Amino acid sequence: MSLTFTPETEKILQDIWSRYPEGRKRSAVIPMLMYAQDQLGVVTSELVAEVAKRCEVSPLQVEEVVGYYSMLNKKRMGKHHVQVCTNIACLLMGGEALWHHATKRLGIGHKEVTADGLISLEEVECAGACSWAPCVVDGYEYHHHVTIEKLDQLIDSIQKVH
Amino acid sequence: MSTPVTAPPTIINFTVDGRQLSAPPGTLLIDACKRSGIEIPAFCYYEGYSLQAACRMCLVEVEKMPKLQTACTLPVMEGMIVRSETEQIAKARKGTLEFLLTNHPLDCPVCDKGGECELQDMVFRYGAGESRFTEMKNHAPERQWSPVVFYDPARCILCYRCVRACNEGMGVGALGVTNRGVLSEIAPNKEDHLDCDECGACIDICPVGALTSNIYRYKTRPWEMQHVATVCTHCSNGCKTTLGVRNDEIIRGNNRDRGGINGEFLCVKGRYGFDFTASEERLTTPMIRIDGKLEAVSWSKALGFVAEKFKSVQADGGKFGVIADTRLTNEELFYLQKFTRAGLKTSNLDHAASGDLITLLDALSGQTDALATTDDLYKTKAALVIGSDLSQQHPLLAFQLRAGVRHNKTRIYTVTPGPVREAKYSATSVTVPLGEEYDALAKLTDRLKAEKELVILFGDSIKGQRVRDLVAWAATLGIPVKYVCLVDDSNSRGALDMGCLPNLLPGFQVDPHPGLSQAGMLAAEDLDVLWIVGANPLRHAPLASRKAFVVAHTMFLDETAARADVLFPSASAYEKSGTLTNVTGQVQRLKAAIKTMGAKADLEIIGLIAKEMGLAPTLGPWTHDIVFKEIHSGVHGYNVPLPVLLTGGAALTSPVNGPVKVNVLVDEIRSAGDTLFTSGSLGRHSKLLTSVPEFPGALYQR
Repeated sequence: MSLTFTPETEKILQDIWSRYPEGRKRSAVIPMLMYAQDQLGVVTSELVAEVAKRCEVSPLQVEEVVGYYSMLNKKRMGKHHVQVCTNIACLLMGGEALWHHATKRLGIGHKEVTADGLISLEEVECAGACSWAPCVVDGYEYHHHVTIEKLDQLIDSIQKVH
Repeated sequence: MSTPVTAPPTIINFTVDGRQLSAPPGTLLIDACKRSGIEIPAFCYYEGYSLQAACRMCLVEVEKMPKLQTACTLPVMEGMIVRSETEQIAKARKGTLEFLLTNHPLDCPVCDKGGECELQDMVFRYGAGESRFTEMKNHAPERQWSPVVFYDPARCILCYRCVRACNEGMGVGALGVTNRGVLSEIAPNKEDHLDCDECGACIDICPVGALTSNIYRYKTRPWEMQHVATVCTHCSNGCKTTLGVRNDEIIRGNNRDRGGINGEFLCVKGRYGFDFTASEERLTTPMIRIDGKLEAVSWSKALGFVAEKFKSVQADGGKFGVIADTRLTNEELFYLQKFTRAGLKTSNLDHAASGDLITLLDALSGQTDALATTDDLYKTKAALVIGSDLSQQHPLLAFQLRAGVRHNKTRIYTVTPGPVREAKYSATSVTVPLGEEYDALAKLTDRLKAEKELVILFGDSIKGQRVRDLVAWAATLGIPVKYVCLVDDSNSRGALDMGCLPNLLPGFQVDPHPGLSQAGMLAAEDLDVLWIVGANPLRHAPLASRKAFVVAHTMFLDETAARADVLFPSASAYEKSGTLTNVTGQVQRLKAAIKTMGAKADLEIIGLIAKEMGLAPTLGPWTHDIVFKEIHSGVHGYNVPLPVLLTGGAALTSPVNGPVKVNVLVDEIRSAGDTLFTSGSLGRHSKLLTSVPEFPGALYQR
């Protein structure tokens, strides 16, 4: 049984696939997984099989990639995947306190999801926003110079909308 | 001004530890050193597989290079000055080992690998037994991945040898590495289990005890076993296997010394398919059918009974039929054919034919060097496989081709009735309905004409006139062609060579008084005696003669035994000595590893019947070495160099080169179609083989 994607995702996947020459299709494994995960919310075995088929590698070789990269999740993350950076710049600017606050407030740990499936947390290495440390990333949305208050506001806003 | 063109050097000179060495360009330093007896330790490097450069054990000092270099990735260079053992190197290696031991448990006393562990040896040599790390070791529980394979992630040092052996060596790719950093571990292809050949290559190649086999684990220590080098008899490829034996029990099989035609290769049958020898269902006493029921009797009674019956039937001018198993040794086959022809005065003698070698030899009459060896399969530039699922039916030959693809860019062409593994790396793969393989060859003619040489391997769909057509077609290619006629069993080839045929004497000499074939014997309603030495012909066809007195040598109460009047418990191939000729005509020595109470080797049983019948003076002694002497001097092609045989090597026989004018009964040539997990009637009694119904399982599945 092959997986069907939304037309938008399918278009992106086809586009990525077409960028790599014959015999080098395996290079498309990571971007294809990323975009497919965005749509599905999780990397399923069906997705692994589908990507493997399209990229002409074995499912195990795709699994190796999924296992290696922390941004590819085999467990479904929350609707809002909140990533708190605790790498050096953010750490110095209070990133660790943000992380502890978030885990305490939501009652979940690293790569865990709240019971309602709304929010998941991840302690990440450098998110590339050192100049505006500490940073918190909600999905693809960056929040700079985050304080505990700002973090609370972010969580409140997520919870209020849903 | 153009730069002067200089020819690339053909030999590189360099110095290691003050010794002047030389090697061809492109040789890796680690290999060059090994060939000169200088050991450079390595965990990840493994000869024959791709480079990994993951372990950093092979560091050496090279003059004018600022840092230590990994000998496994460094090709030799002209004038290079290398030191392989210095204080700095020892320190580096000790450091590497200390890192490896941060998470590796020190459970050597219970680990299967203890005593033959490469990590243990290195720690012993470089002394990193004490660690400066005070952190807790990472631990993950051991898991079972298949009826054969267990994985203990804590012991794994992530050398990737198993991954490469499975992917490159076996062409299966069932192992990978998942996660990252200290959490990395080897992963099977089906989430929590393996879907693979179960060959155990990953287990044997593991430098530590991370991969262990269900067959051997926790049973013994390497130094407690005797190691007996013999030949696996589950298929016709004739892989050398070294059995670990303790107290007359085979505990493991492997070939870590890389001796023999197979190097380190073995399939699931060669490594683990020996457990039938210890089956509780083994027949351990002769039996005679009394009032319709088989009853255990003494050897002397059974032998006497059979001899009397044979003599009385012979006196009455009755009709004998003899069927030989294709797993008997050359000595047994030779002695049996002598018994049949000189003792019973008949040529009603046959075996289950699985390939048409006779027609091939006839068609190749006059050509020299036209039969390929296992080594040729590795070295050839191109190979054509016709009508065989090679990786299942002939695992060693398939392995040789795969190695050739990796190392020599061998191009493989397949014409098969279904998908085969070779298709993954073949130049052209054609799937045609069964029996139409020959007709599809025309499609390949042009492509094959462009090759420099070719080895053709053909199965049972090419027989009789088709073989002649094939040889004629190959001659039109205009390139040197060698052939392998694929036969099924460990000594199918020997059965042909030793004249266990109704129309051929040993050495393919035409029998002036041809007898009945196997099908002829089974169909003859007036057959008085059917003597079945080891085979199980009644599994596939009924015996027409109601009055026939059936004598069978067998290990198990099989379909043939159910009809037999007398049963002799025979020894398995692991319990007897002799020689076997493999599919490519290479003779190797079988060596008894164990004794099983009650069973006798077929040669001894045949000899004892001869003695009881008073035929011993005619037939001569029945010890395997004396019979072999007779084969060596008397059978065409078997005048092989004895030192090769005696030292456990494979000696190439040279079959007759000349016309073999007999009527080949092509309808009786039929492959048993054994897969990696079946082995005729015998495989049914291996608990291991019946417990691994994993993927291939049937021929032509992928």
